[in-house]
Amino acid sequence: MKLQINNEVHEVDVEADMPLLWVLRDILDLKGTKFGCGISQCGACTVHVDGEPVRSCSYPAAAAEGKAITTIEGLSVDASHPVQQAWVKHQVPQCGYCQSGQIMTAVSLLAKKPQPTDADINAAMTNLCRCGTYKRIRDAIHDVAGNNPETTLAYEA
Amino acid sequence: MKNTPINQARRRFILTSATVGGGFALGLQLPTKAQMASDGGRDINIWVQISPDDLVTIKYARCEMGQGSMTSAPQIVADELDANWEQVNIEYVDVNEHIRMNRAWGDMVTVGSQTIRNSQEYLRNAGATARAMLVAAAAEEWGVDASEIDVNNGIISHAGSGRQSGFGALAAAAAAQAVPETVTLKDPADWHIIGQPFPRVDIPPSVDGTQIYGVDIELPGMVYASIRQCPVFGGTLKSFDASKARSRRGVIDIMSIDGNSVAVVADNWWRANKALQEIEIQWDSNGNGNISSDDILATFKASLDAPDAALLPNNSGDADQALANAEQVLEAEYFTPFLSHSPMEPMGATVRINPDRVDIWASTQAPEGLVSELVNALGVAQENVYAHRVQAGGGFGRRGGSSDYARSAALIAAQLPEGTPVKLLWTREEDTQHDFYRPLAMYRLKAGLDSNGNISGWKTRIASGSILNQMRGVPLRGGVDFTAVEGFTRLPYQIPDQFQDFKLTPTHVPLGFWRTVGWSQTPFAREQFIDELAVAAGEDPYHFRLKHMAEDELSRHIMEKVAQAIGWDEAPAAGIYRGIATTEPYGSFTAAAVELSVNDAGAIKIHRVIQGINTGHMVNPDNVRAQLEGATVWAISAAMWGEITLEEGQVQESNFHNYRLLRMAEMPVIETVLEATGGFWGGVGEPGQAPILPAFCNAIYAATGTRVRSLPLKHHGFSLA
Repeated sequence: MKLQINNEVHEVDVEADMPLLWVLRDILDLKGTKFGCGISQCGACTVHVDGEPVRSCSYPAAAAEGKAITTIEGLSVDASHPVQQAWVKHQVPQCGYCQSGQIMTAVSLLAKKPQPTDADINAAMTNLCRCGTYKRIRDAIHDVAGNNPETTLAYEA
Repeated sequence: MKNTPINQARRRFILTSATVGGGFALGLQLPTKAQMASDGGRDINIWVQISPDDLVTIKYARCEMGQGSMTSAPQIVADELDANWEQVNIEYVDVNEHIRMNRAWGDMVTVGSQTIRNSQEYLRNAGATARAMLVAAAAEEWGVDASEIDVNNGIISHAGSGRQSGFGALAAAAAAQAVPETVTLKDPADWHIIGQPFPRVDIPPSVDGTQIYGVDIELPGMVYASIRQCPVFGGTLKSFDASKARSRRGVIDIMSIDGNSVAVVADNWWRANKALQEIEIQWDSNGNGNISSDDILATFKASLDAPDAALLPNNSGDADQALANAEQVLEAEYFTPFLSHSPMEPMGATVRINPDRVDIWASTQAPEGLVSELVNALGVAQENVYAHRVQAGGGFGRRGGSSDYARSAALIAAQLPEGTPVKLLWTREEDTQHDFYRPLAMYRLKAGLDSNGNISGWKTRIASGSILNQMRGVPLRGGVDFTAVEGFTRLPYQIPDQFQDFKLTPTHVPLGFWRTVGWSQTPFAREQFIDELAVAAGEDPYHFRLKHMAEDELSRHIMEKVAQAIGWDEAPAAGIYRGIATTEPYGSFTAAAVELSVNDAGAIKIHRVIQGINTGHMVNPDNVRAQLEGATVWAISAAMWGEITLEEGQVQESNFHNYRLLRMAEMPVIETVLEATGGFWGGVGEPGQAPILPAFCNAIYAATGTRVRSLPLKHHGFSLA
């Protein structure tokens, strides 16, 4: 099948039900997308398919045919995407393993809602982070959005 | 391999004698292999290399898994060196070189919040020694007295003559200087790199997908393996039928491992794992196939009453007499379950066996543990094992005590054609069901109050398995596993009459070091029981603690700071309730306060968490803050949902849908209180979690009147809003 990944078309000989994650990682050597759970629970494998965040561990490669796939490697060539920059500025990652997925999810959120509220962030950012970097993820998203984290994170009684 | 003229024998001699003499290996003045080949840079000592272009390479021996010490440990060297941090490059110590050089770089294992605490002295010495040798070289070259030379931000200068130089131009001459026998370390007041919140060096590759974890290794000719281990701990493989699996696309080999596992090797991991699911496996549970959580709980209950138990070393006075004299006596039992580590990167390893060398790539907290695992599994000499450094996708203790996954990968590789690299990756289900779990423990506490509301007599019975004995085979000193009783061996409360003991209660469940270890669970009992006593005495829990801490200034200090931060002495808004707790883990002092409300349906809304830590000296405050933030998430996940349960001898939880972790929407607002009062070096990665759990549960009691004495909270009708 033919897959368009990061604006490049790749011809791969794989089973139709092979999850996109494993085509990316083991066939095309795009290792930025991670395996965490295999059942769409953790989001470490999040990539964009036609701009929508999908959990590629449970997304058959065949379903992505004819669609535009973007992985963390395709976000920018030099880590210059505003979300990537905000992640560094806020020192978000700890072990970093989930962060490709977090970043891809955040990029999609910001594309739809350039100024997300805390509720928007809570609804969109369902990826797991075992290190517990959620506070900084939230701060970084607000920063990219131009929101003031001090007011958006106001103590609500 | 590059040709090198290095005289290994001499190198080893120098290092050995230096190590024996001072516990710190200096004196290696020969250029390393890499430098011989490249830029003419020099090893000033084993920790510091300087290139002609002023680049200062500082070696890092431990691991990085998000805890940040790959940045903070080199900060210590750079400070004593008076380097310019902008010119510092950080490089992992090569594990094989370390072993061949008689473990010249000290401990590589990254556990127990030890990296800074247990390395700071030799790291400071390394920086100061390198600085002294640069100064000596400058003095010689400029014909001036060394005492008149300054080093500042990577520039060596002599005010009298106006001469100055970067490090690079003097590196060769410095490397030829005699190694000073003693150096004077800086006064902490003069530190300017220690104490700075420098960005972590490992963060940039984590935002663009270029960070390499163990599971990301790709080698020419690589094959991929998935494994199923006997679901019952202690069980073995009886037989398996792989006839269906063998014909699946991509399958290369199917094999048994260690008599208790089946592995499929294929041309990619998904195919291997898919084929594995089609293998019918018969297991022998070896007598463990009927064990359930209920059985284990009954055993632990019995341990609370067992007549024979090992005494803790801090027993004093006559607790029974004090209790007999008390105005009122309280008794309570607490329970904490087994927990899995569940780092985001599942276990796995890549191994390649050649006649002259074995290579391994694996996320680890114990690079030398990988080596010894391969030595044991394959019977190879440790000098011929090459463990390659990668970032670990979380560790939390899972990758420190046991390298079981490395053994499996090695045994698979041994059954493949020589030189075939095989990457073993566990499923999340294997990861959850074949962990080395945080020990299940029960605590019975008993204490009295006198007529003035002072604690009069204190007794603790701790029932727990032993990580040290079961996993590491370490004989228990005095019959006590000190990791299980942390938190009770040195109460911060001055109670003259104490009696505490430990009843070893083994099960068939593998045990391991789970972030914060004993301190992740003992404070749940200790710091709630203190609250129970305060309530019984009719006193405020914070002030009740304070009055019993008269002699413990550091515990008092951090608790006072946290209480101030949350405004303890002013009432919270209506409907909001508070809890507080204090702990003294891993050489640091930590306290936490939590504000929450609980609705009629038991939904807990956490409004604010205050986390305080006093680490004595603090190397990188922003990293400390990050560790505290993460520790809160860790503790609240465990409090709300964390439990590993057993039926028919096997773990019931399997993946994140039934081993629930906190998500963004549940993330509380966290404020951190960082204190660095000096005088000691405390740990960071583990201690943050210790006070959160009891502070949280104390607040739940304040809000609801329900004292939660067993975890997780989901079994008490509570949820997280």
